[in-house]
Amino acid sequence: MSFRRLYHEQPASFGFPAEDEAFIANEIAKYPPGRQASAVIALLWRGQEREGWVTKPMIENVAQRLGMAYIRVLEVATFYTMFNLEPVGEHLVQVCTTTPCWLRGSDEIVAVCKNKIAAKQHAISADGKFSWVEVECLGACVNAPMLQIGKDFYEDLDGPATEKILDAFRRGERPKPGPQNGRHSSEPIGGATTLKDGG
Amino acid sequence: MLADKDRIFTNLYGLHDWGLEGARARGGWDGTKAILERGPEAIVDQMKKSGLRGRGGAGFPTGLKWSFMPKEVKERPHYLVVNADESEPGTCKDRDIMRHDPHLLIEGCLIASFAMRAHACYIYVRGEFIRERENLQAAVDQAYAAKLIGKNNINGWDFDLYVHHGAGAYICGEETALLESLEGKKGQPRMKPPYPANFGLYGCPTTVNNVESIAVAPTILRRGPEWFASMGRPNNAGTKVFCISGHVNKPCNVEEEMSIPLRELIERHAGGVRGGWDNLMAVIPGGSSMPVLSKEICDTILMDFDSLVAVKSGLGTAAIVVMDKSTDIVKAFARLAYFYRHESCGQCTPCREGTGWMWRVLTRLQKGEGELADIDLLQEVTKQIEGHTICAFGEGASWPVQGLLRHFRPELERRIAARKAQPLAAE
Repeated sequence: MSFRRLYHEQPASFGFPAEDEAFIANEIAKYPPGRQASAVIALLWRGQEREGWVTKPMIENVAQRLGMAYIRVLEVATFYTMFNLEPVGEHLVQVCTTTPCWLRGSDEIVAVCKNKIAAKQHAISADGKFSWVEVECLGACVNAPMLQIGKDFYEDLDGPATEKILDAFRRGERPKPGPQNGRHSSEPIGGATTLKDGG
Repeated sequence: MLADKDRIFTNLYGLHDWGLEGARARGGWDGTKAILERGPEAIVDQMKKSGLRGRGGAGFPTGLKWSFMPKEVKERPHYLVVNADESEPGTCKDRDIMRHDPHLLIEGCLIASFAMRAHACYIYVRGEFIRERENLQAAVDQAYAAKLIGKNNINGWDFDLYVHHGAGAYICGEETALLESLEGKKGQPRMKPPYPANFGLYGCPTTVNNVESIAVAPTILRRGPEWFASMGRPNNAGTKVFCISGHVNKPCNVEEEMSIPLRELIERHAGGVRGGWDNLMAVIPGGSSMPVLSKEICDTILMDFDSLVAVKSGLGTAAIVVMDKSTDIVKAFARLAYFYRHESCGQCTPCREGTGWMWRVLTRLQKGEGELADIDLLQEVTKQIEGHTICAFGEGASWPVQGLLRHFRPELERRIAARKAQPLAAE
């Protein structure tokens, strides 16, 4: 298991913006009365979308909204590794390096991140635009190697393709997600061997 | 080769409309009401007859699992929970179902819930699959708008479907950890018994099924259990989505008939092993938890539950990771050991401590450091983890190492000998 603690510097406060109230009510309504704790991941996730990382005042806010003890929400925030417990760059680059991606050259992707972002993972690039982190299998193994930025997967990468993606983000563009080698999704490159009669 | 007409996921690659209209054009949501009118017992019976075994890894018969739910709803409501926490390294099939064929899954949720007398279902999607979750939610909204699900829907069974998500924890693919997580807790597995069918989500009768198991159900019930059972060898029925990754020329997902030879699968659909079949070193046949196979076994092995168990491995999720002769096989498994160390939930000591220990020893053996006796010690430690933990993660973390030692022990010995033969570096 990984050891995760709250960051040593914390902001003074956190509040969800007013437009999140409908989202929060909708999440809580998914679960039976009295089971609102089930919405804890969804609320922390929305908080992280707002702030970039999960802060102590955010955990307190979510605990209070869901009628949970602070320690219960803290456990959730520290257990689930998608919650960033420290500030991240404007774009968090998550590079999959588990064996299926490693076999297809994820070392090369990591090298590009070290070169173009920061020598060490978690460190924020000089311009504040990026930080990068190695993550465990993201579940796109037939499109390896790959990485995730924000909500999107960038797949079928190599070093130059990764450089192009990072450069585009740096210019404020949002490159097209998915496979970067011309194929559509998970079919064999060059054309599917099945399902050729038009579905 | 399986004919296209016998494929269930006809939009596996997302080349066509994933939405409701496209799904209907491909035969989805056809006669759903008539299927429900057969009654819960008949549906469960037909699922048993189809021979479908769970597609999430363990291969437990789906119809039998459904039959474990109480036959009457008492004061506690019943739930169906769909496990879409797809995280087993090598596996990316449920992702394609959610983004390209979501209506098959939604229709399956309605039918399975009806068969188990549940009026509510939660689909637990892994946190990283954000686009897939958005897509699935959009499809659920379409189904509500068309009154296919929801209160007073046209299929005659009140049914609510909710999309829930995690936040990065492999262990939540274990069914009781998933239930804990769904309840808003850390995803740490529960002791069994009680089993979820008696005491599951919120203490209510619950069945947890994999995405693919649920998504194939409507087609099985439309075309008949005999059709499904006619494919694959006995006790290994049906079709299966295989994920072929690693050192092949054309990595891909493909739906094929169960019991297809591994070599045919790789050569027909994945463009063959990089550098040719004779350049093959090893294959992980069912996601990272399933023991690796040597090339000799790969030459003839059939891809189904029983044939893989016979060679001390398993079909698992049917995620095939191919490694050619250029692979540093010890590093490949040291990296997997790191994965298990990272993902252990920390609840049971043998797993929490043992996964870190295996990773450290494999990292040393990768460089040839250590003594020959360390190999036996490593084997012994895997046996001390396996079977001594609350959930099957202990097995999942130990089996890959056991597979490595079973087939590649000479390579470990060679590295130790080579290191010992080196003159001591001047310091």
